[in-house]
Amino acid sequence: MQREVALIKQSLFDQGYLDEQFMELEELQDDANPNFVEEVSALYFKDSARLINNIDQALERGTFDFNRLDSYMHQFKGSSTSIGASKVKAECTTFREYCRAGNAEGCLRTFQQLKKEHSTLRKKLEHYFQLARQAGPKETARRPK
Amino acid sequence: MTRDQIAEELPNLAESKLTALVVDDSFVNQTIHQKLLNRLGIENDVVTNGKEAVDVYCSGRNYDLILMDMDMPIMNGIQATKRLREMGIESKIAGVTTRANEGEKKEFMEAGLNDFQEKPLTISKLLSILHKLNFYVQT
Repeated sequence: MQREVALIKQSLFDQGYLDEQFMELEELQDDANPNFVEEVSALYFKDSARLINNIDQALERGTFDFNRLDSYMHQFKGSSTSIGASKVKAECTTFREYCRAGNAEGCLRTFQQLKKEHSTLRKKLEHYFQLARQAGPKETARRPK
Repeated sequence: MTRDQIAEELPNLAESKLTALVVDDSFVNQTIHQKLLNRLGIENDVVTNGKEAVDVYCSGRNYDLILMDMDMPIMNGIQATKRLREMGIESKIAGVTTRANEGEKKEFMEAGLNDFQEKPLTISKLLSILHKLNFYVQT
């Protein structure tokens, strides 16, 4: 089972869902916080759900306050960067470029893609953490020697 | 990085009893930054914006190091840094932000920072801050 966990994690990196920042977070796991990455991940998805809701509401109003949208997306990009959510971060960057260009259609299109990437990452990480917990402490509380 | 490796990097860190204040409105970043500081044995507190940081200092608390985010509601990192320096606060302040273009970095540095690191913060970047600010030097 530990091998399966390792393979799943590797595929998340190989497919570009996660970057080296995720590994930095894993390095911080220890006996005091064996589930640190899962806890940070849960915080991220709670926080990003709020931001998605704010952006959804702002876009539904149809008035396109690009400054406000850019501000929300700056926060979203920041937390996505902190957890190593590479694909989500890329969509945030694209969205902000469309904001700066005042391109409403580009913003809408990118936001749909962003929500898709965010949802995919959430499911994949939930699956990974569930398996990691089942595999036992070796995989969840690994501190480098 | 193991504690032994960290101790090699900063031999006096274990005995230095440094304190730090994390100033960031993101719960994700607060959690990560606090964990990084804990890993290095640095006692720390957290506030969610620049005004809270100023208020903490007004209440008489003091910290060796402040990790200051730039974009925060109510009072941002630039405003908070300027205010703290106006108050005569000499704590080392390291700006930690995703904003990295030269103009924004310059404005933040000129507010009174001692150092600047681009997010996301890592153990290496935090060690770099501590090295740069001479926290490892035994006085």
